[in-house]
Amino acid sequence: MAVPLLETRDLTMHFGGVRAVHNVNFTLAEGELRCLIGPNGAGKSTFFKMLTGQLEPSHGRVLFRGRDISHAHAHEIARLGIGIKTQVPNVFDGLSVRENIWLAASRIHSVRHANGVVDEMLARIGLIPAADRLVGQLAHGQRQWVELGIVLSTDPVLILLDEPAAGMTHEEVQKTAELVREINRTKALIVVEHDMQFIRMIAKQVTVFNQGRVLVEDAVEDILRNPLVRDIYLGKQAAA
Amino acid sequence: MDLVVLVAIQVLYAIASLALISVGLAIIFGMMRVINLAHGEFLMLGGYAAIVATSNGMSIWLAMLVVAPIVVGIIGVIVERTIIRFLYGRMIDTMLATWGLSLFLVGLTTAMFGNTTVGISAPLGSFQIGAYRTSVYTLFVIAVATGVLAGIYAVMRWTRLGLLARGTMQNANMAAALGVNPPRVYAITFGVGAALSGLAGAVLAPVSGVFPTIGVAYVAKSFITVIGGGAAILSGTASASVLFGTINQIATFATTPVFGEVALLAAAIVLIRLLPQGITGRFFRRGL
Amino acid sequence: MNDRALNVIGLALVGVVGAAFLILTPRFAELDAVLELTVFMIMAILALSLALVWGYGGILCFGQSAFFGLGAYTYAIAMFNIGESTGPLLLAIGLPAAFAALLGYFMFYGRISDVYLGVITLTVTLILFNSVNSTAGPEFHIGVARLGGFNGIPGIPPLNIPGNKAAPVDLEGMFYLATASLLATYFGLRWLLASRFGRIIVGIRENERRAELLGYDPRVYKLATFTVGGALAGFAGCLFANWGAFVSPTIFGLAQSAQIIIWVIVGGRGTLIGPIVGCIGIQWLTTALGANQPSGSDWMTNLMANAPFILGIILVAFVLLVPRGLVPTLGDIGHWLLRLRARPAAPSLKPKQAEEG
Ligand SMILES: Nc1ncnc2c1ncn2[C@@H]1O[C@H](COP(=O)(O)OP(=O)(O)OP(=O)(O)O)[C@@H](O)[C@H]1O
Ligand SMILES: [Mg+2]
Repeated sequence: MAVPLLETRDLTMHFGGVRAVHNVNFTLAEGELRCLIGPNGAGKSTFFKMLTGQLEPSHGRVLFRGRDISHAHAHEIARLGIGIKTQVPNVFDGLSVRENIWLAASRIHSVRHANGVVDEMLARIGLIPAADRLVGQLAHGQRQWVELGIVLSTDPVLILLDEPAAGMTHEEVQKTAELVREINRTKALIVVEHDMQFIRMIAKQVTVFNQGRVLVEDAVEDILRNPLVRDIYLGKQAAA
Repeated sequence: MDLVVLVAIQVLYAIASLALISVGLAIIFGMMRVINLAHGEFLMLGGYAAIVATSNGMSIWLAMLVVAPIVVGIIGVIVERTIIRFLYGRMIDTMLATWGLSLFLVGLTTAMFGNTTVGISAPLGSFQIGAYRTSVYTLFVIAVATGVLAGIYAVMRWTRLGLLARGTMQNANMAAALGVNPPRVYAITFGVGAALSGLAGAVLAPVSGVFPTIGVAYVAKSFITVIGGGAAILSGTASASVLFGTINQIATFATTPVFGEVALLAAAIVLIRLLPQGITGRFFRRGL
Repeated sequence: MNDRALNVIGLALVGVVGAAFLILTPRFAELDAVLELTVFMIMAILALSLALVWGYGGILCFGQSAFFGLGAYTYAIAMFNIGESTGPLLLAIGLPAAFAALLGYFMFYGRISDVYLGVITLTVTLILFNSVNSTAGPEFHIGVARLGGFNGIPGIPPLNIPGNKAAPVDLEGMFYLATASLLATYFGLRWLLASRFGRIIVGIRENERRAELLGYDPRVYKLATFTVGGALAGFAGCLFANWGAFVSPTIFGLAQSAQIIIWVIVGGRGTLIGPIVGCIGIQWLTTALGANQPSGSDWMTNLMANAPFILGIILVAFVLLVPRGLVPTLGDIGHWLLRLRARPAAPSLKPKQAEEG
């Protein structure tokens, strides 16, 4: 079998006594799109943080194309080709939309080339009219789009999206789903989302986290029918 | 042998004076996350309060142990109400504003008292250790520092205020959750921190004299003690004082007092680099 | 596009005013006024160094005076030993830069947070102050230069035309040199900040985590910024040692550090012209108040002529009332006025965008 794009082995993160992520073994093939679901506090964001070097695992390993990146710095991992849209929009609030995208694009392009790339990206995420506004003044949904644009502009191999549809209108959610599918034509993705409609729109294979562990991993239709998943996840959400 | 005792006393004194000058700052930092750059000036004001009171005929003990903390405590409450409270959550702005306050106080005291050193002579005389003499006042400073730390321990451990303080240290919203009026808690905390600084400044005044810019000599040392100690007020101050005080005194013996201080500051920088959370961030985490 | 035009106009304006000032001042001003203006220019370079490090790099440096002092002392000591000023000048830039690089490496690669950065830089300044202050004895010398402790080093030889020891720069020459250096520093920094490097350091200031996740190593950029800041401050220190032919340890003092911070706060973080304005304005104010003080005057005049007192009030007032500083605040007011006038003519160019979340 070919080397997977991403693999974790017994990946673990403990905060004091809290086992946020515990012995997770996870594999993602080149070009795959995977959804990651699980109730609040299941450890999804923590898992992402370990994949991107924002947290150093308590133990276990992360392999990216066979290379151990468990202890690499965030910027090194980014340069290897993993981009992330974090749960809380992580953008340059004090700068304009254009400048935000430019900073991302100029990491891989020359200054002159970057300007052209920025215009393309602004068109792709539909923010040309807002190009010169400060990102901090935009609505939540639009800031999510800016962040997507930033991530795409660095042309990563693998994109992690932590709740990309949160705070979006129904229309925006659909547009985002479309974009995700489009991105998946060339890149691998892992998408964390609570919005089941959104998951239905994009997912093939789904991994369910619960209390820091992988509960099940299956095709989306089976996951949605799985009583165990219903109990821990949908049930909880309904109760909340 | 006599020399060993003498050195031991000097080391203890260095530790005690560090703890004394830092503890007020530690309370304000530990409970309010406010870095008060006017801390040195609070110490300076304590010294002046004691000197003015004694020169008006008050007993030196009363002036040092009662008047100075009260005066500086009141000043602290005023400062909290007029400046600090507008800046909660803006740590860097608080640092800058208190730096401004520090300059203001230096200017004010220079105009009032002149730019010269005034002193009160240390009471209590001296005593003999074999071939060496040392002052009884040294022992007094050690006693005051011990007393202050013990007092804080008692308050933290056994009173409602202490419970509140411990809660606040762990979770800033705790005070509010307990139904206590946070502005009052903050004003009181700042006042108590200031009062303890006033006490320290007064107690050390006979040793060092007082002049308007003396705060500079204190501020860096107390900062690194507090930051080196970490979030836990009592164990942090105590452990960092022990570490830095010992280094300071030993380096002083080996070279000169100035290089003793340099060694202390350099050790502190290295410590902050190695343990950014301070000693108590790493060890004694459950301490007070 | 409009902003861009404003930008060009601004640059041109600074250039014209600067050049006019450079050429005209020595013709029309008295010598002691020229002398005073010279020190203002030198300090403005120092202010720019912190404007870069703190205002753009977001690095809270409370010890910029450490590099300033180091530059001044390095120049003085090297000058006594070498005699020709080219080497000392380069050393006075290089040594503080190297020291900044070392300190910066220690801080940024140790991932020390903002607040602690302030405390560490402050502490380093105090270490330098304490150390230099205690070198009064004759045993403390470097080559033939005595360090002089708290007495300082007097009689520092001035800069000379490069390579020609016999052609020292005179007072008027010093004015030209300082003013031209300030202009060069200003335009150099404008260029730097418009470059890729400059835009990235601003990005890191805005959101360090995001910059990292894009693949930029914040440590490298901060280190570079801090080093450039150290070099600039060292250069200002060298000019300062020239100007008074004298340095003393107070140059490392907390008061000096506080002043630099105040210039930047008052003028505004995130601008270059602001700290220059803040620096010159505040120095003018403190000299004016100090100069008006009649000897043996009463308590109140004493107080008003007291620099720390005034500076303290200014600092507190700005942090509480004008936290962004003069230039950005005036800029906001200007924009607001412009928009107010433009509104009836062009009603809202960008219809509905903010009302979504
Ligand atoms: N820095 C931290 N320190 C201590 N505990 C943490 C930290 N970060 C996360 N946790 C804990 O780890 C657990 C997992 O958190 P995480 O944010 O990964 O959950 P999540 O699955 O992303 O939840 P959500 O759906 O709400 O975003 C939670 O119990 C959380 O409280
Ligand atoms: Mg999450």
